[in-house]
Amino acid sequence: MTTETREILRVSDLRTYFPVRSHGLIRRVIGQVKAVDGVSFSVGSAETLGLVGESGSGKTTVARSVLMLVRPTSGQIVIDGQEITHLSSKALMPMRRKAQMIFQDPYNALNPRHTVGGIIGAPYRIQGIEPPGGVRAAVQALMERVGLNPEHYNRYPNEFSGGQRQRIGIARAVALRPKLIVCDEPVSALDVSIQAQIINLLRDLQHEFGLSYLFVAHDLAVVRQISHRVAVMYLGHLMEMAPRETIYAAPLHPYTHSLLSAVPIPDPKLQKGRSRIVLEGDLPSPINPPSGCVFRTRCFQAQERCSVEVPPLIEVAPGHHVACHFPVATLPAGVGTARAMPETQPGVPVRRPQPASGQVSSAQLDCLPADGRPDFTRLRPRVRVGRSL
Amino acid sequence: MTTPGRPAEHPFLEIKDLGVAFPTEDGLVRAVEGVSLSIERGRTLAIVGESGSGKSVTAQAIMGLIDRKIATVTGEIWLDGQELIGLPADDLQALRGAQVAMIFQDPMSSLHPFYRVGDQITEAINAHRSIRAKAARAMALEMLRRVGIPAPERRIDDYPHQLSGGMRQRVMIAMALINAPKMLIADEPTTALDVTVQAQILELITSLQDEFGITVIMITHDLGIVADVADDVAVMYGGRIVEVAPTGVLYAQPEMPYTLGLLSSIPRMDRELSVRLEPIPGNPPSPIHLPLGCVFQPRCMYSDRVAGGACLSVRPDLLATAAGHLVRCHLPAEERRQISQGVLNVLAGGS
Ligand SMILES: Nc1ncnc2c1ncn2[C@@H]1O[C@H](COP(=O)(O)OP(=O)(O)OP(=O)(O)O)[C@@H](O)[C@H]1O
Ligand SMILES: Nc1ncnc2c1ncn2[C@@H]1O[C@H](COP(=O)(O)OP(=O)(O)O)[C@@H](O)[C@H]1O
Ligand code: SF4
Ligand code: SF4
Ligand SMILES: [Mg+2]
Ligand SMILES: [Mg+2]
Repeated sequence: MTTETREILRVSDLRTYFPVRSHGLIRRVIGQVKAVDGVSFSVGSAETLGLVGESGSGKTTVARSVLMLVRPTSGQIVIDGQEITHLSSKALMPMRRKAQMIFQDPYNALNPRHTVGGIIGAPYRIQGIEPPGGVRAAVQALMERVGLNPEHYNRYPNEFSGGQRQRIGIARAVALRPKLIVCDEPVSALDVSIQAQIINLLRDLQHEFGLSYLFVAHDLAVVRQISHRVAVMYLGHLMEMAPRETIYAAPLHPYTHSLLSAVPIPDPKLQKGRSRIVLEGDLPSPINPPSGCVFRTRCFQAQERCSVEVPPLIEVAPGHHVACHFPVATLPAGVGTARAMPETQPGVPVRRPQPASGQVSSAQLDCLPADGRPDFTRLRPRVRVGRSL
Repeated sequence: MTTPGRPAEHPFLEIKDLGVAFPTEDGLVRAVEGVSLSIERGRTLAIVGESGSGKSVTAQAIMGLIDRKIATVTGEIWLDGQELIGLPADDLQALRGAQVAMIFQDPMSSLHPFYRVGDQITEAINAHRSIRAKAARAMALEMLRRVGIPAPERRIDDYPHQLSGGMRQRVMIAMALINAPKMLIADEPTTALDVTVQAQILELITSLQDEFGITVIMITHDLGIVADVADDVAVMYGGRIVEVAPTGVLYAQPEMPYTLGLLSSIPRMDRELSVRLEPIPGNPPSPIHLPLGCVFQPRCMYSDRVAGGACLSVRPDLLATAAGHLVRCHLPAEERRQISQGVLNVLAGGS
């Protein structure tokens, strides 16, 4: 995507906090979950921005905030030139023509008591629009387009498989020819053969209708397949954002490196003997996030400065934004990336090496202390090369 | 890998013609049919397939977990020379944990929400031998440390809900391994986890396997995980095994059209972006209304190449095409290999 493409979505300094209440009768607010804490990005016309990150990093909250399905705490959201965060629910109605959503769970996203025809036609009725030729004809044309049998107009969702239900959700989302579709994990619940059908359908629809997608997913290979640019999120913050090629071939953020190295490549010649950066422990609590860089409790690069200074998201090259004091350009050979793998013969089962010393890797799998405070003596570079060669 | 020098005279696990069917209101669910498999001691076999293909039912049958009141189980399962099907419930109970242990996608299917994790592990020890409470607790503590629980002496008295998903998975693994089983069946152990935690758990399973030399069955739908951990792979579709091969062979010389379809469907980070995903058309079959011939026929692009419409009417057998490589397909082997090389070339970015 070139920079001159028109912006369909701009999100500036978005913060979405959820109150944490005490148990008991009074249910006082005792804290806040900073689900999204200062996130900015834009999506161009006919462009796909992939948003990746671990569970709980705030992806869904970004997605829902963008469509005002949850009210942001602060920040601006501009859709096709219009700022929407100050709009009332009623004033948001026209915006819903321009921006739609596709959900992860194809089972719960559709009302089981409505027919497929009713579900896909709902946006016309809600917006009071009569498409040329009538709703039924328009809906059946949509069904045909997304690969459903138009004769199934009067059937109910429970008569359809997961993949077919996702097609119903897609037909409903494109009915009003929106400019932007926010997709929250649209293929995560589907089997691989069906996943590929839906990914291809979304790509074809993008070309046909000039759609922009904000595509939320945790599967990095899926995101690579569909996105023009990719943003990596961690604990409510953007860690890195760059054109797809850059994110996958030349990432700079330690977290992006860790994520990429953790995805197993479906090719034993490449995967066996590849090493990964084993991230320690779990995501810290977003109620009480680490000071400084939120990733520092699990970062193999972390240093003193990371605990005191929040790294700002800086544009280090055109379109390449990184939030890190000590970005990593190269990793040891064989670690992380999908390239530079040792050759093994196909068909010869590879024996895993015994751990070098008496040490087993459970020691290296140590999580952080329960209080989440880092132990700087332990936070040495922890790139594991144990399983290579 | 600690394979004993003495070659075993029989495979560690051998399954012959396993069938599991559930009578239901809608009709007979033929979840698994004609499944035959064998695994040598100390190896890792992956069972890969889409949801509903029969992976979990196969695993439950091996564990003796299928309720004979709601299902019929046929065939033979030999574990280290002992036939399991038809074994009395008490004997099966004794085997579970001590011989074979299982871990699941959802750790809460093994953990009780109301008991401390340490007590649950010591109870698992007591189920198989009687030792003093203090010694049992020490064993539990040691195992929690082994599976990478930080500060286990602080965690041993936690309830499951106080632990993160990844830690619960580790506790479940600790419980599965506490009686030093000879075989571990892992049913999608990382499907619900993030890739970063998945990486931790896969490292853990492989390192524990290196340490204890256990035989592993890894059930997954992720061909990346298969490539990472498995020595051999069995591909399941429609309740049967459609291809078995050493892992390297399955990816380099697959022969069954369904396997080819899977490999063409998955997005890969190491592949040229110009390569379009080629999904398998249609949906998996219903286990109640299975196709009459090859169960993959309704989705297969090559069935019209088989003479006499055999794919529509005759069930293909699982036959050897090379040593250790079995394929269930009517196409002549020569033609299968030709098709396969063509598909793999396209995937490699050629034409
Ligand atoms: N309504 C809510 N009330 C309180 N906390 C919430 C609410 N919705 C989300 N959160 C919290 O906000 C954080 C971000 O959640 P979110 O669902 O956006 O993550 P996600 O990246 O989409 O994760 P996943 O990959 O699991 O879908 C989490 O800590 C979550 O528990
Ligand atoms: N208790 C049961 N009653 C009826 N059908 C069942 C039962 N358990 C499993 N099945 C069916 O058997 C088939 C195989 O299931 P399963 O082994 O769980 O698949 P998977 O490969 O996803 O693990 C599915 O069609 C499933 O619906
Ligand atoms: S090096 Fe420091 S700033 Fe950069 S990701 Fe690690 S902890 Fe954060
Ligand atoms: S037997 Fe026929 S339908 Fe089945 S996989 Fe082979 S060619 Fe396709
Ligand atoms: Mg989410
Ligand atoms: Mg299953």
